[in-house]
Amino acid sequence: MLNYLIRRLLYAVPILLGVIFLTFVLFRVVNTPEHAAINALGPKSSVDARNAWIVNNGRDLPLYKQFATHTIQLATFDFQPSITTKRPMGETFREGVGPSLCVTLPGFILGLCLALVLSLYQVFVRNSAADRTITLICVVMMSLPTMVYIIFGQAVVALGLGWFPVSGFTKGLDAVRFLLLPVAIMAIISLGYDARMFRAVFLEEIAQDYVRTAHAKGLSATRVLSRHVLKNGLIALITLTVGQLPKLIMGTLLIESFFGIPGIGNVMVQGIQTSDEPVVLACAYLGALLYLAALILTDILYAAADPRIRLS
Amino acid sequence: MPLLEIRNLAIHFHTEGGVVEAVKGINLTLEKGETLAIVGESGSGKSVTGLALTRLLPEPPTRYTSGEIIFDGKSVLTMKADELRKLRGGRIAYVFQEPSTSLNPVFTIRNQIAEAIQLHRPELRDVDAEIIKHLDLVGITNPAQRLHDYPHQLSGGMQQRVMIAMALSCQPDLLVADEPTTALDVTIQAQIMEQFRELRSKLDMAIILITHNFGIIGNFADKVAVMFRGKIVEYGATKDILGNPQHAYTKALIQCIPRLGAKKRRLITIDHAALEAAGA
Ligand SMILES: Nc1ncnc2c1ncn2[C@@H]1O[C@H](COP(=O)(O)OP(=O)(O)O)[C@@H](O)[C@H]1O
Ligand SMILES: [Mg+2]
Repeated sequence: MLNYLIRRLLYAVPILLGVIFLTFVLFRVVNTPEHAAINALGPKSSVDARNAWIVNNGRDLPLYKQFATHTIQLATFDFQPSITTKRPMGETFREGVGPSLCVTLPGFILGLCLALVLSLYQVFVRNSAADRTITLICVVMMSLPTMVYIIFGQAVVALGLGWFPVSGFTKGLDAVRFLLLPVAIMAIISLGYDARMFRAVFLEEIAQDYVRTAHAKGLSATRVLSRHVLKNGLIALITLTVGQLPKLIMGTLLIESFFGIPGIGNVMVQGIQTSDEPVVLACAYLGALLYLAALILTDILYAAADPRIRLS
Repeated sequence: MPLLEIRNLAIHFHTEGGVVEAVKGINLTLEKGETLAIVGESGSGKSVTGLALTRLLPEPPTRYTSGEIIFDGKSVLTMKADELRKLRGGRIAYVFQEPSTSLNPVFTIRNQIAEAIQLHRPELRDVDAEIIKHLDLVGITNPAQRLHDYPHQLSGGMQQRVMIAMALSCQPDLLVADEPTTALDVTIQAQIMEQFRELRSKLDMAIILITHNFGIIGNFADKVAVMFRGKIVEYGATKDILGNPQHAYTKALIQCIPRLGAKKRRLITIDHAALEAAGA
């Protein structure tokens, strides 16, 4: 197990180098030193100031030297401070993780539970009118863009009915008031898609021989579903759900910016809007790291859940 | 009163492609402790008949269009769901063809057998001891050490023995073994059949052995029903049918049994059109 983990982490190294190389090309080559200087100093800065900035930041050095510095900086998480806020990235992330998780974690768990319950119910009443109606609703939900949910939530539920504040965030328990709507939207955005996929997975499981054995033992249909089919189905669903974990930490761009939640997604959106290069670079790099971590976690969870798989 | 009586049973599948008449009005009786073999080629309706005994076929598309199944005086086709569940596993237990897929891959052997025992024999205190007893009964060595194994850790023959142990663990009155050796290697097939013979003499339990192979039923079944395209074309004592088959289809099936030391001949092919024309 430990051996496997070490090997798996070593496999991640070349992928990480690829990420570092790609970000280098994007941020240090495609984005020319002149551009970077204008971004940092503003369009009204003098040419002298820009040239001084380029030299100070080592952007005049040969590319291989710049690449070496870039690699060392990323590998040691030595990010440059934000251009707009002048604050170090570590601080920005530490502050943003909390609000992001406040929305994404409950939204993700709620969405997952809803999709599980809905899809199991559909399998239970499979091929009935109820099953077909739910499928139809799911397809409609899948077809609606995220913006529709957000605008509907803000315009109708928050403004029209006045049930929730339109946007905002505070510290402490009072935040719940602001969080309910974005959490609900986060939970139902992917519900249509997830429920359809979960249903397909469970329908495939229910045709397996072991299900007939379970019925032949005299188990009730509910127990066959909730124990035999669910456990096998969940294993198939691990890849589909664990891959979404980075999204939880990185936040959801649209929801956070529309609801004014000061999470990492919001940091990212503002970084892009203000061409805040260090912020965008740090976000891209951390996103890639988290994605790699999720891949490894998927493998570990597979092994934990499925006795047929052994990590060695 | 016989243990099981099937009267004029017909089973249809209503699929998108049309109606499949899988079983077309069959009659069978089985006394307590008796052994019946249902023999016929693939697709003749044997499994459908076996599964129908506890209504394990999915409804829809399955429809029981006529007849009745009387088990121990009760009509299975009109039974309530909870009564049916007591029958399944508790009084009629199954062993299926594919042991590797019939066991749930993510639960241990102990877990799967215990589930059946706790359901049908809730009064039993020491469930593990009962599981070990049954694993031992079906010829699994060191049963206590196997309890926490998962199905994939066992060979095909061992998996099938676990299936048999699970079926026996609730002390059923009838064991339905549907092609229990077909998926196994030839030597393992012989061992499993030997196990069934031994169990038959040890336990007071009726058995329905479903097979396409006439070769394995000698010395085992008291009675044989030969199925051909959803009908029983010949039904009687095993020794009568093996010794003096009446129906052309039965004769053809018996001729298909490979005999040790027999001169090599071309394998016999069955002329279905001729049989059908003869009114099978
Ligand atoms: N669920 C089902 N839906 C439609 N047709 C079925 C179904 N199950 C079995 N059949 C059909 O019933 C017939 C008998 O099948 P079966 O009893 O499995 O044959 P066998 O004698 O090989 O066990 C076959 O023609 C098969 O295609
Ligand atoms: Mg069959």
